[in-house]
Amino acid sequence: MSARERVAGQVANYVDERTGAAKWLKKTVTKVFPDHWSFMLGEIVLYSFIILLLSGTFLTFWFDPSMREVEYEGSYEPLSGLKMSAAYASTLHISFDVRGGLLMRQIHHWAALIFMAAMVAHLMRVFFTGAFRKPREFNWIIGVGLLTLGIVEGFLGYSLPDDLLSGTGIRIAEAIIQAIPVVGSYLSYFAFGGAFPGEMFIQRIYVVHILLLPGIFLALITAHLMLVWYQKHTQYPGPGRTEKNVVGYPLMPVYMAKAGGFFFIVFGVTAFLGAVASINPIWIYGPYTPGQIGAGSQPDWYMGWLDGLVRMSPPIETHAFGHTISWNILIPGLIIPGIIFTGMALYPFIESWMTGDKREHHLLDRPRNAPNRTALGAMSITFMLVTLINGGNDLLATHFDLSINQIMWFSRIGVILLPPLVFVITKRICLSLQRADRELVLHGRETGRLVMLPHGEFIEVHEPLSPQRAFTLASHEQPAAIEPVLADDNGVRNPKGAKAKLQARLSRAHSEQVAKPTTKEILEIEDHH
Amino acid sequence: MGFISKYRRHRFAGPLLLLAGLLIVGFGYTVAQAASEEIALTSSDKATLIAEGKEIFARGCSSCHGLNAEGAGIAPSLIGVGAASVDFQVATGRMPMADMSQQAMRKEPLYNEEETAALAAYVASLAPGPAAVTNEELAWERNGDTAEGGELFRNNCAMCHNLAGQGGALTQGKYAPTVMGVEPRHIYEAMLTGPQAMPVFSEATITPEEKLSIIKWIKHAESEPALGGAALGRVGPVTEGLLAWTLGLGLLIGVAVWLTTKAR
Repeated sequence: MSARERVAGQVANYVDERTGAAKWLKKTVTKVFPDHWSFMLGEIVLYSFIILLLSGTFLTFWFDPSMREVEYEGSYEPLSGLKMSAAYASTLHISFDVRGGLLMRQIHHWAALIFMAAMVAHLMRVFFTGAFRKPREFNWIIGVGLLTLGIVEGFLGYSLPDDLLSGTGIRIAEAIIQAIPVVGSYLSYFAFGGAFPGEMFIQRIYVVHILLLPGIFLALITAHLMLVWYQKHTQYPGPGRTEKNVVGYPLMPVYMAKAGGFFFIVFGVTAFLGAVASINPIWIYGPYTPGQIGAGSQPDWYMGWLDGLVRMSPPIETHAFGHTISWNILIPGLIIPGIIFTGMALYPFIESWMTGDKREHHLLDRPRNAPNRTALGAMSITFMLVTLINGGNDLLATHFDLSINQIMWFSRIGVILLPPLVFVITKRICLSLQRADRELVLHGRETGRLVMLPHGEFIEVHEPLSPQRAFTLASHEQPAAIEPVLADDNGVRNPKGAKAKLQARLSRAHSEQVAKPTTKEILEIEDHH
Repeated sequence: MGFISKYRRHRFAGPLLLLAGLLIVGFGYTVAQAASEEIALTSSDKATLIAEGKEIFARGCSSCHGLNAEGAGIAPSLIGVGAASVDFQVATGRMPMADMSQQAMRKEPLYNEEETAALAAYVASLAPGPAAVTNEELAWERNGDTAEGGELFRNNCAMCHNLAGQGGALTQGKYAPTVMGVEPRHIYEAMLTGPQAMPVFSEATITPEEKLSIIKWIKHAESEPALGGAALGRVGPVTEGLLAWTLGLGLLIGVAVWLTTKAR
């Protein structure tokens, strides 16, 4: 043993005797994680969050969260001498008079957009592969919570500079608060400390943006990751992979190296965007005053669907008992998002009820093997895309020479018609992909090589799949639909018969499959050859 | 043929074919579009300006606006619109209209400067109206104030023309065009005459000095370098979100695929 090794051993021993870390470390560093690119989407979210914490901290050094009126005297000439809030002036100061300030602002904003985009991509991966199934329902709910908070956090950050664009966003948020029946106007006065815009909200949302929500984020992310750790990561089906094992690489050194490297790549890409692409150039928009407004005002993309919903809603209001209920804001601004997020949070339980499947699942579904779920997901994405498109209807109109009215009518009709249509199409595509898988397993890959047999017949040569690949394609379960129990053995009618019927109907829809090849079929084919 | 049969089942064959098809259609369309024609007319003497304007008018405008500019069902009367209106509409190519669509589009002007001046002189001779201005008359660089112009722009123009002057959508396919790359005299004349859906901002509503400030702010915004990097069209969060999803997340997913590729 060399001197260096002896010293290292003594240090390790010293630490271990006092912390008992060796046992924990031994277990930890050998923990296995499966390897797939789609499992790294969540990592992008985590790393973007770290980038947000770091760049955000930098910004707090100069940002002045105050609506105190000041006269701008900084170096951006076209605004000099204008009256504006200290928040806006300090954001200009960060952009033009702090070394690296504009870069940091842009990194912070790009990281926020990527944070939310990666979160949605991660959500889609978890949904389409069925990773939310038992025992991971709670983690799914935590994820939905993080998504909701992410939207709020992003919106507050977008509002802090107090420029004309973000002020317009706050104004719409105020309208949505006011649309709550009966208490809306009181809530608005409470939130803004008086009539809009008041003199408080920048201070208030600043504290929420930099303290409260990041704190909740840290707690939820920790819980999210601890659950992943404890429940172990899911894996795609394949040879040697079962519900009882995890096939992959150990944390040390492989995964640590990959994950650590990936953090720097995420930081690099974000910094690259911050360096080459302008984001939220508030100096062009000017300071916020309630009397001004700009055409083409949009929120950041993760709020765009909400804006699109509000834009497409018909002007319906009722006046009753001295109150006005603005359905045109209430429905798209509160009720539909409420339904969407509640439905999303409850989906694991809904699916478990529909299929009657209460077992644990650690092997993921290939999306085609769960056609109903995949179609539901595609349907939801279509709904979101139509609303998102309508959120940018004015820009689409000007840039593609379209009429904004036609886009709005397309969206109004499309938001109702397109999702069911996409549901049906997606389900059919899934089933035909299953059929293709079945063909592949039974007859192998078409090589495109034509051979003329001695008696003149032409055949195409098929190349059999490797056993591993065939197993991957055919190892999934195809559970049968549950039968409704309408009466027990003695002929007594089930009091919950209607519910059982509905469940059976949904279960039937969910278990619609193209039968995968059985062992018998495969053997027959092999004999045949 | 050996090449095709060898590679037609390659996994990149489909995407490459698609790309090639798109490129051919795109280029073909661009080439077909570019086939525009230029009409050259002779210049004229100042003394006969009005007469010549009347002649051009009879040839190019009267079919819609009437032989004496009295207007008809499809086009308004031009009596009293003044030279400013003619200069704006004709010199920016909006008139003659390309087609009877929602709104006259800006395009390459059909008439050159002399012909436009002749037309303007003719229309101005019918009845008094706002006079045309020249770029040289507008001392916006000396008399304008950028910051004040910005305030005026945000108060009066941004609700249609966008905060950054990039233009915006109006109802039924009408639109407020971008104010970038517009001659100072045309900006001034547009405010003075209120073309198409635009309201008139008379010299009483926005004083001539204030108009110069607005021009100065627009010219500043136009020439301002992209301070934070690529400007992404200066249309705000829509293109930013698009870039975050495509380039940002796209690159990161590409790296994730690379990181999890098994070594061969």
